[in-house]
Parts: sequence; structure tokens; C-alpha cells
Amino acid sequence: MAVKFPDFIVSKLDWLANQARAYSLWPMPFATACCGIELMATASSRYDIARFGSEAMRFSPRQCDVMIVAGRVVMKMVPVMQRIWQQMPEPKWCISMGACASSGGVFDTYAVVQGIDRFIPVDVYVPGCPPRPEQLIRAVLDLQEKVRATGTINAREFEGRKEFEGPAPLARQLAPDQTMIVPGDFTTATRLRPENN
Amino acid sequence: MPLEATSTFPLEETADKEFLYTLNFGPQHPATHTTLRLVLTLEGETIVKAVPDIGYLHSGFEKLGEDLDYNQYVTIVDRMNYISPILNEIAWHHAVETLMGIELTPRCKYIRTIIGELARISDHLLCVGAAALDLGGITAFLYAFNMREKVYNIFERMAGQRFHPSFTRVGGLMFDVDDEWVNMIRDFIRNDFPKAHADISKLLNKNRIFLDRTKGVGVLTQEEAINRSASGPVARASGVPRDIRKDEPYLAYKDFDFQVVCAKAGDCCARYFVRMEEMRESVKIISQAVENIPTGPVNVALDDKLTIPDKTATYRSIEGLIQHFELFMWNRRWHPPVEECYAATEGANGELGFYIVSDGEGRAYRARTRPPSFIHFSMFPHLIEGHTISDVPAVLGSLNIIAAELDR
Amino acid sequence: MSVEDKLKERFGSETLEFSQFRHNRRAIVPVEKFLDVMSFLKTELGFNYLADIAGIDYLNYPNAKHRYGVVYALANVSTAERFFVKVLLDDPEPLLPSVYELWKGADWMEREVYDMFGVVFDGHPDLRRILMPEGFASFPLRKDYPLRGRGERHNFAPIIRAEA
Ligand code: SF4
Repeated sequence: MAVKFPDFIVSKLDWLANQARAYSLWPMPFATACCGIELMATASSRYDIARFGSEAMRFSPRQCDVMIVAGRVVMKMVPVMQRIWQQMPEPKWCISMGACASSGGVFDTYAVVQGIDRFIPVDVYVPGCPPRPEQLIRAVLDLQEKVRATGTINAREFEGRKEFEGPAPLARQLAPDQTMIVPGDFTTATRLRPENN
Repeated sequence: MPLEATSTFPLEETADKEFLYTLNFGPQHPATHTTLRLVLTLEGETIVKAVPDIGYLHSGFEKLGEDLDYNQYVTIVDRMNYISPILNEIAWHHAVETLMGIELTPRCKYIRTIIGELARISDHLLCVGAAALDLGGITAFLYAFNMREKVYNIFERMAGQRFHPSFTRVGGLMFDVDDEWVNMIRDFIRNDFPKAHADISKLLNKNRIFLDRTKGVGVLTQEEAINRSASGPVARASGVPRDIRKDEPYLAYKDFDFQVVCAKAGDCCARYFVRMEEMRESVKIISQAVENIPTGPVNVALDDKLTIPDKTATYRSIEGLIQHFELFMWNRRWHPPVEECYAATEGANGELGFYIVSDGEGRAYRARTRPPSFIHFSMFPHLIEGHTISDVPAVLGSLNIIAAELDR
Repeated sequence: MSVEDKLKERFGSETLEFSQFRHNRRAIVPVEKFLDVMSFLKTELGFNYLADIAGIDYLNYPNAKHRYGVVYALANVSTAERFFVKVLLDDPEPLLPSVYELWKGADWMEREVYDMFGVVFDGHPDLRRILMPEGFASFPLRKDYPLRGRGERHNFAPIIRAEA
């Protein structure tokens, strides 16, 4: 007796979209430093992130779903990172890989940003210096979980997040009139007023 | 947030001319592997002028070197050339030991030599593999990475961390190694590596696409190589037989029989072949060293008040406890002479030296690195001019630019 | 005849100050004589390889008489001999002639010393900041600049999730 398949199934569009998205999270490897090598190791034969549908590393932000920031991000790089983040189409997620990207790690110096979450929203943090490839795979799985739990077909879930979600600033903050910021402009984005001493 | 158009960074004048246009390359581009930016002026596909813009990974290493003590800073140097961290550690502690006038124990010298050569192999593997990847050969990359995993296993066995082992200490090593480790190395140099090396050679050595894209590209003549301070494989591929392992033998290198690999052509292809052959020489060194590791302690004697005592000595003997205390209290630590000195080693990329200025305290007053990647990248505009834009990945790949070492 | 003797013979024994520590042989050269000494070392004595240029800020250094030092590590490729030349500079305008004409490798090394210490190299073809952003106001490796900076690193606007 042949199995009879139903002619139609009832499902939520959200659920369908989430299933599709969760298993094809295309990463944008924003690899700056040592963690990037571990990211390469995750993609190559031994760990093979392709098993989880994330092997299609696209170097154009416009084709990606998840930005993996692997490595420290420094003063000169922040505008670049923000611009790449803005170029990615919705819905998009961000994995902060490694101690440096998450918190500055061992580099508490004048140039290194103490955690990218101060400047862009982050979904999953991966500790470690560098994290082992297994940890990165775990992060991708967690992100899949998150997508399945919260995702909506037209990315409604992001609309409510109007507040800054990062940590409170630790360093001295400059008053708004002291800063000269042109987002997305490489040459002037970090320009400061000359010191008055 | 509105985005505004980027100003065409330093080349407004040239781009106005007829037929020339400016292309921004990087800082986030797959072929750069890391973070560097090139502003290329093109005529059709030919590069008329290339202006590199670096500093996208400048994280203040040298400033940290003035803040951390001679042992702590090793964790930071690790992250400098992150595809062969051990060689940086060796270079840093070689400089520190030169400054303090420490003579290492023979066992330590041998172990450092072995791990240094292993790191050189893994560096060259990544360089070769990634260069092939950029030129369209993904298989060689997978073979190379497979071998790197084997080297990682060896490092993990000895230090507990596969990527940044931070294994050397002033006057010695973190731990001694065991027999299992020696067996892993034997297995690696006898079975795994020669096979992978042969596979990669078979894939690339006669590969038309690979050779066509590397032969005659990015030629560096011998005079230019000397004049522009090239070192390591890049200089040797241009016919400069300069190898610090031979010129100023440090560690145990004078005990071993190995050759300095040179080529004449000075192009990307020559650099590839030099790297491939150097891996074989490294294997030769390792196979001589691993059978003859001397017995004895790995650290210099505790009485010299230079090395960290092991746990047993710290907990069971008063001398050990005092010594531990002396080295870890921030106002005690080492007392090197108030002097400055430069000491260089042969890193995987070239001459990796440190210039240490000491003011007699436990940490360096100034820890200057001589970064080979920085100096090699400075000749990139010279190498690329007149070539087409598709040669950029070939030249970048053959120079093996590591951004963290480039920018520090 | 050693390098020191030849230098003494050419420039007189008072102008240069020689010393040796471990294997490093070095000379302290006054700024006025600097370019002559360098070209003599290159053309006559065969030091055809400039290995490194290191800047040093001697602000709190014990017994230091000058603020900055710039050390040139030279090498002779055929004999593997090394020699170090050091120049001492002082504050209001640390200025040094560029050796770009002698060794092209000096290009970026000098730019780096300028970027980190503010030592100006006279005659350098393209003396811009290299590692720090163009408009950065301080010289980070000077000893009076704090390790954690003056807040520049967090001087950017964050992106809010709902917006992008
Ligand atoms: S977290 Fe560690 S491994 Fe990763 S970029 Fe930072 S220093 Fe490198």
C-alpha cells in the first residue's frame, strides 16, 4: 500500500523561514587577527563547518547572514566594521569570536576597542584566545537555536531593539561637541581635536 | 545612520587623468588574508601605482612590551606572527637572554630548535597553501591545513594550547617534554609530512595555472632585495644567501647539518620553491635533533635567580618559594644590566629581531620588534607596478604578509 | 682594521663615541655628522643592509641626557657583520636627515619612527603617519602617552540594532 502524503500542510511562515535560515547561515568572515586562522581551520577538513550549513563564506557583505568578527578590532578598523555591518541585508546576526573581539582580551591598549559590542550589536560571544574550532561550531549552533526561537519572516524581531545594548563605557567619554565623527569615512573617522596641553 | 562617500584617499591627482582610475582594495578583502588596504591606480587592468595603507590592526604591542615583564610579554609576542607563534617566542627570549647574558641548557636549546623548526614548517605550509588558494587551488590549501593540524597536536601535547603555546620562559621552558611528544614528532617527520609535502608538490610544481600566474611576477632583483632590507625566504629567493641560523648560529643550529635554500629568479614562483625546499631542510634539522635531545634540566639552575621554580620546588623548599616570590612581585623580578641590545633570529618570514632597552627593572624600557612582514610589505608597490590586478594576490601570498606583525 | 678604527681615522676620535655590549658594537654619532657617517659606512665599509631603525624615548631613563634616541642596525650581507649607529635628539624639534637615498628599506621604518615618536626625517619622500589614523594627535610610544590612551579608542558612534 502506497504511503499517502497529505496534499498540503499547515505551517507558520515564520517557522518555515526560520528553518531555512537556520541551516544556511552564510558567514561573513571579518577576520582580522589570529582568530581568523582558527576560523580558516574551522572551515577546512578536520572540523568542516559545512556539516552545519555555514561553509559558504562570502566575502561580500551583501550575500551574508552572519558576521563573524574574528580578532581584535582597532581604532582604524571600527568604521570599516560598522560599514560592513550596515551593508549586510536584514535579517543579520553577529558572532564575536575570541577574547579580543568580545572584550579586548590581552590588548588593553590605546588602539584596541575593548569589545565590539560597544559599536555594533552582538548576538553570540565566543570566549577563548583563540577559541577552539569546536567552540565556534557551538556558537553557530547556538545562533541557529536563536534564529529558530526568535526569528520572523520579515525580521520584525529587531524592531523593538531601539536602545544601545552594549556595555557602559569604561574609558573617559568625550562630550558630543568634542568628537568629530563621520561614520563610514575611513580618513576622518578617528580624527580628534588636537590636545590642548 | 547615513553613509557618506569616502574621499579618494591620497591619489586625487592621478585619478583625474584620462584612462586612469582608482581602485580601493581592502581593508577587508579575502586576498589580503588579513587587514591591509591598497589604493591602486589602474590603467585598464595594469597597475600604474599602488599605495598601501596599513595600521588596521595596530594594537600597541610595543607599548604593552613596556608594561609587561620579560615573561609576561611572551604571550603578546605570540600574537605577533600568529601562524608561527613559537618562533616569535624564541626570538623574544633570545633577545632577553642575550641582554641578561644567560646561557641555556643543552636540552632547552635542542627542544627550542625542534619546536622552532616545526613552527617554520607550519608557517610555510600556510603560506604555500594560502597562496595556492588565492590562485584558485583549494586542494593544496586543504592538504596544508591538514598538516598544520598535526603540528597543532604536537604543540598541544607539549604546552596545552594548540595555537598560542607561550611555551618559552626566561632561561628555559614552561615544562619539560615527554617521550610521547618525541614519538609524535618522529611520526610527523617520517610519515605524515613527507607524504603531504609530496602531495602539495605534485599539485603545484607542474601546475600550468599556478606557474603561469607566478613565474615572472613580482620580480625582486638581488640588489633591490639588499637595498630594501629583504630577509628570509624573500631575500633568499632573490639570491641573497643570508640566513641567521648560519650567520650567527643561535640555539643548537651549529650542531646540525642543513643547507640554506636559495633561488635566483626572485619572482613569486621562486619564493614558493624556496619555501617548499626550506620545509625539507627543517625536517632534516628536526630529524637530527629529535634523536639527540640531551638529558638534563631544561631550565638554567635555580641559583641563578632567573627562572621560575616548578611547583614542587615552590611548595617544598624555602629557596624555591623565595625565588618564586622574587620573580612575581612586581617590584622585584629580574635585574638586567642598564643597557640596550639587539638580537635577531631567523623567523619564518625573515630576520625577526628585538631591540631591548633595559633600565634595570623587571620589564623592558623599550621592546622594539624588527618585523619582517612590515619591511616586506613596504616593497610591495615596487613589486606590483606594471603587473595586472590579478597578480596582487599572487604577490601578497608569496610575501606572506601577516597583519599582526605588519602593524603590531 | 676594525670598523671602529676606520671610523676614527675618517672622522677623528672625539666626534664618535664607541661602545660594545655583548655582540653589539655601536657608535653614538652627533646629528651633524650623521649622514656622512652613514654614507661612509655604506659605500666604504660595505654595510649595504639596513636591518632596522628603532626609536627610543628616554624620558625617565636613568642618567639619560637626551630625550630621544634613534638606533640604526646595519649589516654587511657578505660578511654577516653588524654595526649599530645611534643618534640622540632633543625635544622641541627632533629632526634627523633621512637615509632613504642610501637604503630604500628605510622608507617605512622612518615613517614608523615618525608615527610613534614624532621624530621628523628631513628629506624623506613621503613622511605621513603609517600605523595610526591620519588625524591622530599624539605620538603613542612616547613615554608621556598613557598605555590605555586618552579615550580615543572609544570615540565612535555605536550602531543601534533597530536602525541597521
Ligand atoms: S582572542 Fe587571542 S587569538 Fe583571537 S585575535 Fe585576540 S589575541 Fe588573537
